[in-house]
Amino acid sequence: MPPSTDRPRAQKVPLRPGDRIFSGASTGAGVLILVVLAGVAAFLIVEAWPSLTAPAEDIPGGEGVAVYVWPLLFGTLISAIFALLIASPLAVAIALFVTYYSPRRIAQVLGYLIDLLAAVPSIIYGLWGFTVLAPLTVEPANWLSENLGFIPLFAGPPSATGRTMLVAIIVLAVMILPIITAVVREAFRQTPRLHEEASLALGATRWEMIRMAALPFGRSSIVGASMLGLGRALGETMAVAIVLSVSGGVTFNLISSANPSTIAANIALQFPESSGIAVNTLIASGLVLFAITLAVNMAARAVINRRKEFSGAN
Amino acid sequence: MAKRIEVKDLDIYYDKFLAVQGVSMTIQPRSVTALIGPSGCGKSTFLRTLNRMHELVPNARVDGKIFMDDDDLYGPGVDPVNVRRQIGMVFQRPNPFPTMSIYDNVAAGLKLNNKRMRRSEMDDVVERALRSANLWEEVKDRLGKPGSGLSGGQQQRLCIARAIAVQPDVLLMDEPCSALDPISTQAIEDLMLELKEKYTIVIVTHNMQQAARVSDMTGFFNLQGVGKPGELVEIDETTKIFSTPSKKATEDYISGRFG
Amino acid sequence: MPTPTTSKSPESDLYTPLSGVPLTAGQLPRGAAPLTLLVVALAAVGFWQFADWSVAACAVLGALVYTLLIYTWSRIVEGSRKATDRFVTAVVTCAFLLALLPLVSVVVTVLSNGLARFDTEFFSYSMRGIVGEGGGAYHAIMGTLIITALATLISVPVGLLTAIYLVEYGRGKLAKAITFFVDVMTGIPSIVAGLFAYALFALIFGPGVRMGIMGAVALSVLMIPVVVRSTEEMLKLVPNELREASYALAVPKWRTITKVVLPTALAGIATGVTLAIARVIGETAPLLITVGITSSDNFNPFDGRMATLSVFSYYEYVNPGVPPQFSLDRAWAAALTLIIIVMVLNLIARLISRLFAPKTRG
Repeated sequence: MPPSTDRPRAQKVPLRPGDRIFSGASTGAGVLILVVLAGVAAFLIVEAWPSLTAPAEDIPGGEGVAVYVWPLLFGTLISAIFALLIASPLAVAIALFVTYYSPRRIAQVLGYLIDLLAAVPSIIYGLWGFTVLAPLTVEPANWLSENLGFIPLFAGPPSATGRTMLVAIIVLAVMILPIITAVVREAFRQTPRLHEEASLALGATRWEMIRMAALPFGRSSIVGASMLGLGRALGETMAVAIVLSVSGGVTFNLISSANPSTIAANIALQFPESSGIAVNTLIASGLVLFAITLAVNMAARAVINRRKEFSGAN
Repeated sequence: MAKRIEVKDLDIYYDKFLAVQGVSMTIQPRSVTALIGPSGCGKSTFLRTLNRMHELVPNARVDGKIFMDDDDLYGPGVDPVNVRRQIGMVFQRPNPFPTMSIYDNVAAGLKLNNKRMRRSEMDDVVERALRSANLWEEVKDRLGKPGSGLSGGQQQRLCIARAIAVQPDVLLMDEPCSALDPISTQAIEDLMLELKEKYTIVIVTHNMQQAARVSDMTGFFNLQGVGKPGELVEIDETTKIFSTPSKKATEDYISGRFG
Repeated sequence: MPTPTTSKSPESDLYTPLSGVPLTAGQLPRGAAPLTLLVVALAAVGFWQFADWSVAACAVLGALVYTLLIYTWSRIVEGSRKATDRFVTAVVTCAFLLALLPLVSVVVTVLSNGLARFDTEFFSYSMRGIVGEGGGAYHAIMGTLIITALATLISVPVGLLTAIYLVEYGRGKLAKAITFFVDVMTGIPSIVAGLFAYALFALIFGPGVRMGIMGAVALSVLMIPVVVRSTEEMLKLVPNELREASYALAVPKWRTITKVVLPTALAGIATGVTLAIARVIGETAPLLITVGITSSDNFNPFDGRMATLSVFSYYEYVNPGVPPQFSLDRAWAAALTLIIIVMVLNLIARLISRLFAPKTRG
């Protein structure tokens, strides 16, 4: 995004020196952000380039960058999408509970609790998933593979440690839950009181009021928030790196001990021990992740911003 | 259809704060009753107790009785949702649902109460409600368009149509014209005079000329003093209130010598 | 004005959906829902404790049973509309309670595992020469503080000025682009921010470089958008009347901003900055690939590897010594320290906004 600072300045009377310096500095800071974002892309491309041009057998795995990245990309997508499927309905329910159902005295405290969940560092979720959640899932996973094994997701054989894709998905869901909840709750909070009262005065029950006033008003926020959550799940690193037992390969099987890694987790696990072309390959995979999250986030923002156009306040 | 409302010794609280004290009045069916008084004297608060919207405010409550014909609105086992279904309300600012079309706005209340209604029947009810609200001719060609695209006055008439589509017994109006221009106000006032053929109408207004124009009965609310609760000073026929009120406070307020 | 259509008879044949609906309706006794929930919850706890079912199974089953119970009861007594309302209430409540389980579990786990080594030695020793028992995270705590402070030093001026640009100066395409890309930037994965910092410094210093300042740069990429966003919101809350009053006194724009606008919004900005710090102080991934780890004190961010609390916790956990318990204890103690720091920062932020902010609200 090239800066176009000269246009707004032309129309004005000469500025005082103080004003010129101050507005120049703040404009510069704004432009710097665009430069940094462009820089992220540029430096990643520069550092990834050697791996794209190198002969395929030099890349880890020996079959080129695309073959190296594909299973990681698959693992990233499957973990993030399933996490989103779990988290977004729960998040809407929680946002509804905090906004409309909880006793008002404690609503604020509850909101604060949710925010705290969002503030817990990801490494702690990773440690928790590994120590507490993974062992808990061993038994249900056995049950799933015995009774629902015909579904490819639960084909098994179930992992004995519980360090499965399923656990990674649940941990990711727990992590993105508060992020989605926060945005959706904000949207519900802004539902015009007028519209809530309009439906109540017609004799709506609480749920009917929510369906008539709150949900239509918050719909695009829910979509946008879910996509933000998806972006976060795609890029989550440490929790997955700690929880998941990785063996590569592409599989829909969620409960076995052979799982594809994710791009972010793979970078964290391999980077400290890598050198030379392997580093460039990892950066190339990071570039793919960057592109995907950028696309998801831009779509999310576009959806959320569109809401402003048809908000009911006029 | 139209029903009489009887209020007996009503005290209205916000948590521990007594907002309105000792209101007793009878509201006659098929008439317009106007409630006037200075800002903050509790007229809107009182109005919202009539369809139990008041209790939506946390810790808000009332003491006393309100009867609609013979039903106690605050009696045991009374469901506020059912009360609100039979006592419609129009708000100060027009509030059509922005995400619904004009048609769906009018049909909103019906859909809640009666899920299995035939389309033709529904069309019929919507048309009648819009006709009763004097809005049909203006919107009949764009029923599928969003209600927020109408002018302020049209939106308010849309809200009235929405309220009367479910055939309530009573219609409450909380300063329905305060956000409208004079022409739209005129349209709403005309509408009120038509609607009182069928409904019991209670209107809160700041505009004394409006009360004089549209109402049969007028109640005057006032504060008992600074920091004290509001009260109903008197209620009587509108012509009497505006010519020979029985209380000094009413006369002062009517003649502009208030405060 | 349309012609009034009063020709129809007053008691028209209009369909009357409400005729004869009584005001009273069947109602569940007061407190029916919470009591049922309590009974079901107690039963679930009973099955967990005494029948030895798994926690998750009990919780999910309890939620299902409660929802079904209250729906059926209400359906019989109150009818379908009310039953639907009850059903949604039950679902929403259960969803909330279930979501609280992980939070409680995380806190309990971190506390019970972390307290074992939450002692003075942990806070006063580094890991230099430690193989088994003992050692501490002094070097890692200092590293975390230094790197976060540097990141704050970079982010706050840039973020503040950008927000000022957006609110006070920004018009047209550039402002729109910045707003949009700041939003997008909030979504950059932390590991990508780390890769960016690595790529940037690798171009200058050659591959394999590790320095504290690289971590600070990576964290800044994550922190700047948060600072911009919150500051922008706060500046927008400053009423325009204040600015106009200042202009009317012939105060130039930049002095109006520095002397009137910023002081008014200061508490909110401080809250935002504190929350931004809380967000990045626990980051692991970008530090893992830019700063690495070391076992001894290095407090110079421009010279080689440093230890940070989160990376320390990670390595103690994945590369434990023999026997592993000593390492694991240190990892949990570090996690506990981290969570306490984050919570305290959050509390501080709340306090700042509660004590100083309400001035701007009408």
